[in-house]
Amino acid sequence: MVPITTLHYLVVAAALFMLGVIGVLTRRNVVIVLMSIELILNAVNLNLVAFSRLWGLHGQVFAIFVITDAAAEAAVGLGILIAFFRNKETVNVDEVDLLKW
Amino acid sequence: MLDYVTSYLSSNTTPGQAGNLVWALIYILIVFGGVSVAVMAMNWLERKALAHFQIRLGPMRVGPHGLLQPIADAIKLLTKEDIIPERADRLVFWIAPLIILCASFAVYVVIPFGPTHAITDLNIGILFMLGVSSLSVLGVVMAGWASNSHYPLIGSLRSSAQMISYEVAMGLAVVSAILMTSLNPSGTGTLSMIGIVEAQQRQQIWYLFKFFPLGFIAFAIFAIAMVAETNRAPFDLPEAESELTAGFHTEYSGLRWSLFMLGEYAAMIAVSSIAVTLWLGGWLRPFPNALTGATWDLAFSLFPGFLFLILAAVAWVGVIRMPKHPYFRVQTLGLAGFGVVLGLIGLVLFVPPVRDRIQDIFWFTAKVAFFMYMYIWYRATFPRYRFDQLMRVGWKVLLPISLAVLIGTAVAGVVL
Amino acid sequence: MTPVATPFFFYFLAGLTLLSAILVITRKNAVHSALALILGLLAQSGLYLMLYAPFVAGVQIILYAGGIMVLFLFVIMLVNLERSQKEEQFNRQKVAGTLAAIALGGLFVAVFIKGKALFPASSNQIAEGSNTQQVGELLYGQYMFAFEIASLLLLVAIIGAVVMAKKRI
Repeated sequence: MVPITTLHYLVVAAALFMLGVIGVLTRRNVVIVLMSIELILNAVNLNLVAFSRLWGLHGQVFAIFVITDAAAEAAVGLGILIAFFRNKETVNVDEVDLLKW
Repeated sequence: MLDYVTSYLSSNTTPGQAGNLVWALIYILIVFGGVSVAVMAMNWLERKALAHFQIRLGPMRVGPHGLLQPIADAIKLLTKEDIIPERADRLVFWIAPLIILCASFAVYVVIPFGPTHAITDLNIGILFMLGVSSLSVLGVVMAGWASNSHYPLIGSLRSSAQMISYEVAMGLAVVSAILMTSLNPSGTGTLSMIGIVEAQQRQQIWYLFKFFPLGFIAFAIFAIAMVAETNRAPFDLPEAESELTAGFHTEYSGLRWSLFMLGEYAAMIAVSSIAVTLWLGGWLRPFPNALTGATWDLAFSLFPGFLFLILAAVAWVGVIRMPKHPYFRVQTLGLAGFGVVLGLIGLVLFVPPVRDRIQDIFWFTAKVAFFMYMYIWYRATFPRYRFDQLMRVGWKVLLPISLAVLIGTAVAGVVL
Repeated sequence: MTPVATPFFFYFLAGLTLLSAILVITRKNAVHSALALILGLLAQSGLYLMLYAPFVAGVQIILYAGGIMVLFLFVIMLVNLERSQKEEQFNRQKVAGTLAAIALGGLFVAVFIKGKALFPASSNQIAEGSNTQQVGELLYGQYMFAFEIASLLLLVAIIGAVVMAKKRI
């Protein structure tokens, strides 16, 4: 069999990124959009860690920072969702249109 | 093939590190079987000890002094009807106890019963244990949500909030113990479980007593947090019967409920093992450095045998005190047989080859058993915390103290 | 330690990750999506282990699967509406969105083919035993400033989330 190279991991990360982008662009449920954003961040992390095997441990340190920021962003995003849900009783992205003319 | 199987016996690492899959599988089966037996014994001990704390007798009928009660309970639970609420989410309802069970049992992969008696020794052992035991929160959340009913939902929200709150204090207490491992002459600490106990051996002090009282406070924080983490009294509001019917496992019946109980007891034994490894010196016998020498080694090595002989004597006292009535003949014979078995085990443990090999496992198991008894003692003694008091203790009391202990340990490590 | 059955584990874990990602973006029930994401995160942690990054793998399990996903599950339970499962799941731009994502995928494929020389076939082995120590030295040495900023960011996020989710007094 072909030995597993860095390219294999990059392809997996790219596929994850694509699936995350599809999720963000096409779903109507806000929570699932947020989860797709987590997928995108995970794809980036996989890329970083795959390259860190070649070029030193800086990739892993950066991956840890990305995980930390993902936590902060998930907390804030879900806080916004709860605040919005209390006003409008919906989790549909299409109905977040208070500023629409 | 046979070489592969026996090659492990001459190595001085764990089977996981040696890459010996057969022995790793054998160890896994031994640990799995041992934990299951320990859970059943814990079930019996809890009912009898709670009863004696409350000046009553507990189960006495099923076997002699209720020794077969866990088996009867298991048969009852296995033969109960499996009820799933009508509008419950079937997939999530089915998967929730499995997640708790798998998370609790996966921790046993790294628990060291001796310097080479572990399934494997990961370089990130402590990190792995903390992470995997935090996955059981997911099972609790899913169990409450999938039941589609009020009490389980509230119970699971409260229980998971409690678990993640006390995980923070637990993690910080663990970090301060890991800091102490780096104070050896070579200057690097370690996250591996076997490495932590060996660091205690090299530094010649159990971390409970190191930088007194810092090690002791860290141990106390971990002991309190682990009781809250496993939803046991006095932090068992989410599953207390008088408050929330049964919390997140209300709608589970029969085998599924027994999986929850199995997971809970397994988690108790697992976090107790973490506490023993980190602070109480793992498999080291008491006073490994104050009382050295061959005679003290011999004296301490006679403990297991004497312990089992004392247990056999207690069983025989029970036999003598049994009522002398024909109805009690079977129970008397059963208890006498149990006493004889205990005595035989005690005698076997006096034999020198067995005596030397059993030391590490015995001391580790004895310390974990001490923790188990403390769990039962807490349940019998302390009143339950209200939920807001519980969260207050977790965030406003334990977290600042554990931060202070961490900073104190770091300062003491540099200065001293 | 020599790796065992690397291709099998890689394909298994990568397949599990991609399958769970597909489940995340296609399920009607938000809780099922969250469970699939947890599975994907655990599989990705396995991929990190294969890349000789045990510390990042442990951090992923503790923080992502054990922390962030619990947060997601809490919020899903709070805002779960029955009628949101019966509505249309994909919005009006689903075709355009998918095409855009596929175009992005084409861009990735072009980059991989053109830049094949940048990704060496073999990789040098980093010492596995001291991964945590080296990551710690980097974090607290070279990246100390970023570390402190990250903790400040977390503090701001906590305060922001608490303020936003509070009820009006």
